[in-house]
This record gives sequence, C-alpha cells and structure tokens, in this order.
Amino acid sequence: MVAQRKLPSRESLSYRFRQYWPAYILLLPVVAWYIIFCYAPMGGLVIAFKKYSVLAGIGASPWIGLKNFEKLFTSQAFYQAIKNTLILSGLNFVFGFPLPIIFAILLNEMPGVKYKKVVQTVSYLPHFISWSVAGGLVYMLLSPSTGAIAAVVRAMGGTPQNYIGISRYFRPIVVVSDIWKSIGWSAIIYIAAITSVDEELYEAATIDGAGRFARIWHITLPGIRGIISIQLILTVSKILNVSFNQIFVLISDLTLDVGETIDYYVYRVGLGSTNNMSLATASGMFKSVIGLVLIVVTNYISHKLTDGEGIW
Amino acid sequence: MKIKKTMGDHAFNAITYIVMTFVLVVTLYPFWYVVVGSVSSMAHLIKNGFVLWPDGLHLDAYEQVFRNDLVPVAYRNTLIVTLGGTALSMLLTILGGFVLSLKKLPGRVFFTFFFVFTMMFGGGLVPTFLVVSRLGMIDTLFALIVPGAISTYNMILMRNFFESVPESLYEAASIDGETLPGYVFHILLPLSGAAIATITLFYAVGYWNDYFSSIIYIRNNRLWPMQTVLRQVLQTAQMNNMMYDDAKKGVAPETLKDAMIVVTMIPILCVYPFVQKHFVKGVMIGSIKG
Repeated sequence: MVAQRKLPSRESLSYRFRQYWPAYILLLPVVAWYIIFCYAPMGGLVIAFKKYSVLAGIGASPWIGLKNFEKLFTSQAFYQAIKNTLILSGLNFVFGFPLPIIFAILLNEMPGVKYKKVVQTVSYLPHFISWSVAGGLVYMLLSPSTGAIAAVVRAMGGTPQNYIGISRYFRPIVVVSDIWKSIGWSAIIYIAAITSVDEELYEAATIDGAGRFARIWHITLPGIRGIISIQLILTVSKILNVSFNQIFVLISDLTLDVGETIDYYVYRVGLGSTNNMSLATASGMFKSVIGLVLIVVTNYISHKLTDGEGIW
Repeated sequence: MKIKKTMGDHAFNAITYIVMTFVLVVTLYPFWYVVVGSVSSMAHLIKNGFVLWPDGLHLDAYEQVFRNDLVPVAYRNTLIVTLGGTALSMLLTILGGFVLSLKKLPGRVFFTFFFVFTMMFGGGLVPTFLVVSRLGMIDTLFALIVPGAISTYNMILMRNFFESVPESLYEAASIDGETLPGYVFHILLPLSGAAIATITLFYAVGYWNDYFSSIIYIRNNRLWPMQTVLRQVLQTAQMNNMMYDDAKKGVAPETLKDAMIVVTMIPILCVYPFVQKHFVKGVMIGSIKG
C-alpha cells in the first residue's frame, strides 16, 4: 500500500528540517528550562558588578564596577575559605583517591565469589544515603555522652569531648566521613576495569613464577592505568568542589575557622545573616570561572594524554 | 592446569579477607549503631558506649518522634517531592535525551553544547535563588522540584542509550505514518526499559535525599522534607525544648536523634538491595561514553 515515493536528497537541510520539525517542539520545554534555571542565573551574575538591592531589583541597582571583587580579595574570611577549600580538597585527594583503587584491587584478589559480592554490595550502601543521614551517623558516633568514640576514650581513662565542635578534629572528620561514604561507589569503575584485564596474562605470569604482588604490580595496575589517569584528571578539575551538603551538615560556628569552604562562604554571605547578595555572587563567580578554566585545561591535557579521548 | 598455592598465596588471601571484613564492619556499624541506640535506654548507652546490642526494646523515642505531626508532614512533603519531581524529571530527560539522539537533527551539536555547558559553568547560588524567588516559588514545594528538574548528566546518559537504537526505526515508522511523539511512546520507550528504570532511580533517590534546596528555598517548616527536619534536629542541641515542648521525661535527646535518623534512612535501606544493581549499570553506561 505504501507508495514508493522518490525522496528528495535525504541529507539536504530542508529535507531534514521537514522530517524533524516536531523534534523542536518536543525540545521546547527542555530548552525553556535551561534558559530559566541555568542561563537566566548566568545573566544574574551582573549583580556581582552592582550594588544589589532587593527593592530596586537587578536592573535598577547601581553599577559599582569591581568594588565587590576588591572587597572580596581584601577579606580575611574569603582567603580563609579558599585556604580551607584547598586543604580539604587536598586531604580528600591524598587519602580519598588511592583508597578506592586499593579496595578494588584487594577485592579482586579475594577468593570466594559470594563473600566478594556481599562486600561490594555493602560497600556502596553509604552512597545512597543523604549527607543529612550520614552527618547524623557522624554526630551519634562522636557524641560526647553516648558515642562509640567517647566510650573508647573513657575506657582508656580519658575525658570525652564534643569532637564535632572542635576545630582540630573537623578536617579529619570531613575526610574520614567522605571516604566512608564514597569508597565503594568510587571503586565500581576500577572493579569494572580490572575485570576486563585479560585473564590469560595472570595465568602466564603465574606459570612464570610471579607472586601476587608482582601480578598486581605488573598486570593489574598497568591494566587500569588509563582509567586511573582519567579519574585523576577529573579529580583535579574539581579541586574547588568540597561537598557543600557534607560541610553544611557538619559545620557549626565553632568550626567555621577551619571548615568554611568557598561554597559555604557564598551561602553564609549571600543568604545567611550577612545577606550581601552582590558580594556572595562575586565570590561564587570567582569560583565558577576558575572551575571552568580548570575543566577546560584538564580536558585539554587528557586529550593529549589519551589521544583524543577527553572527558567529553 | 591447576596451579599449586604457595604459603604466600594463603597468607595474602587471609589478608584480603581480613581487610574486606574490616571494610564490611566499618561500613555497617554506624547504621547498626543508631538502630541499637534508638531502642536502648540512655543509661545503657552511656554505660557501654560501644554498644553492639540493645538492652531491650524501648520504643519511647519513636513515640516521641511521632508525638506531633512534624515528622508525618515532612514525610508527606518528601513523598510529594520525590514522586512529582521524578515524574517531571523523567519527562524532560526523555524529551531532551531523545531529541539529542536524533543524529540528523539540524542543530544537534548546538543544543548538546547548550546543555552540556551548564555542567561546567553556572550562575551559582544567589542568582539562581533570585530567579526562583522571582518565579514566586519560595516557600512552595515547586522550589524543591522545578529548579533541579534536569540533571544534564542523566540526560546525556539517556541520549547515549537512545543512540543505540537504530534511527532507521524512526524513518520506517514515519513512513508508516507514525508521528514523532507516537514513535517515542509506542516504539522507543518500550525498547528502553532498563535505561529508564536506572535513570528514574537516579532521580528518585536524588529527590529523596535532597535537603539543600529546602534549606535555601523553604522557610516554612511545614514544608520541610524529612532530610531537613533531621538536619535541624541534629544541629539543635536542645531539640527537646525546641520541637517537643511536651517531651516526656526520660527520653534522652540522643536516643531521640537516633530514632530520627532511623526513621529517615529506613526507606532507602529497604529499597537499596533491589535497586543497587540498576545504579551500577548506570555508572557503567556513563563511563563508556560521557
């Protein structure tokens, strides 16, 4: 029944428009969402260069050039926030980056398929709970009255303290809780990479008398080197991102000095008691611009390293 | 060929078992700890601290949690946001993912860049707040759904999946008189069950766990979701006085907090064993082509 029509050139632009025009209608709500919730806020960045007043609105607020940025870069609190962010990121990187790799390798080395499956499945459970629940677990374990840590300290003759409110302990708490929450999930990608390493290589190495460490060193690690370097680059590109949700649930006025990250600073200055929206926008913009530069640069590097296989 | 195990092999295996068991225990203990804490007496917790087992089944803390309607209302809010949000998110994600998967669509590269760019750069907290505020969404549940409705990452995942469906299928269908939306609903979606399940779960867990949005957009505590109530309880040292004026003597704030945590995390723990496979699958699709 279908008439055999002679179709015009199927690659011509007008043909494709005619064939696909309903697709633009389907895309309309999506584009509208992006314009309203992503691009309009980008336009809103102009208030970083204005003295924004809620009453006047964005348009009528007076331009003040780079005053907000001047204020920002002479602000002790902002410097401290940058410093805290870099320190927390650095610690997360030093401890949090290698551990999932080690976990994946050891898991792979473990005999016993069933137990392996159990460990792996349990290991990414913490990824599924929110930071407010995870933070709750941290609070309870560290509670000076009923906490598990307090019990250990008491047993050893010490006096438990309110650990969550002491600056000295804040960074270790952030790093350890982050590892606890993410190690299993981060390991998935390495576990998958290890399973794709050629089994025969291991057999051949064993016949040649290679021990377990030698096999890990000479076969497993080189086999997942590619994925490790991609993850490494991704991590570097996110150096200014310390989970806001995590900080938000753990921080208090007592630990602001070591725990306030750039994101938290933006929140506190912009929407907290200070309520200086222009200054907060300027600091947020500073972070976004550096973040963008980092992504572009790291992607360029990863293109170079992997012969055209960048992050995107 | 059977390879004989050496002493070193056995020792190594033993070490892997020990380390993995350590990981297992460390991962699970905090969960167990609050469950035990929530049904124990305060005296038991203080005396033993590192508890492994409750000293009975004291449900006073749970009674206290549900004494006023703050928790039930928060639960209702969380359910509305999770169901409504996931539905909206999936609608937009499927539309966007589908259209971007049409390889011959004029402007495809432009639109892809238009969306992906927002993963790298954005207006940030305050300008987004001003937009949401301008839309009149502050102190409505819409603020917890609409501003975060699309995850570009999920949309790209969806696109990658749709791309694996041959486009000749659409050409054939359109010659048979099927419209584009008809093709999506009658042919494409039934073929994409696994990917849709995965991404639906990504969104649902995201909405369930979200408390950031409500911290920023919601002042009225009748509209708080569960996660925000929990966070507020944790940060308030004297929650007994704050939220539960009529607190019964004998229910310690610590066990009350334990019970609060359990009530918040139980749904996730219950569905976790059934959904985790889909999540892992999602990571895999994502890592192959990002």
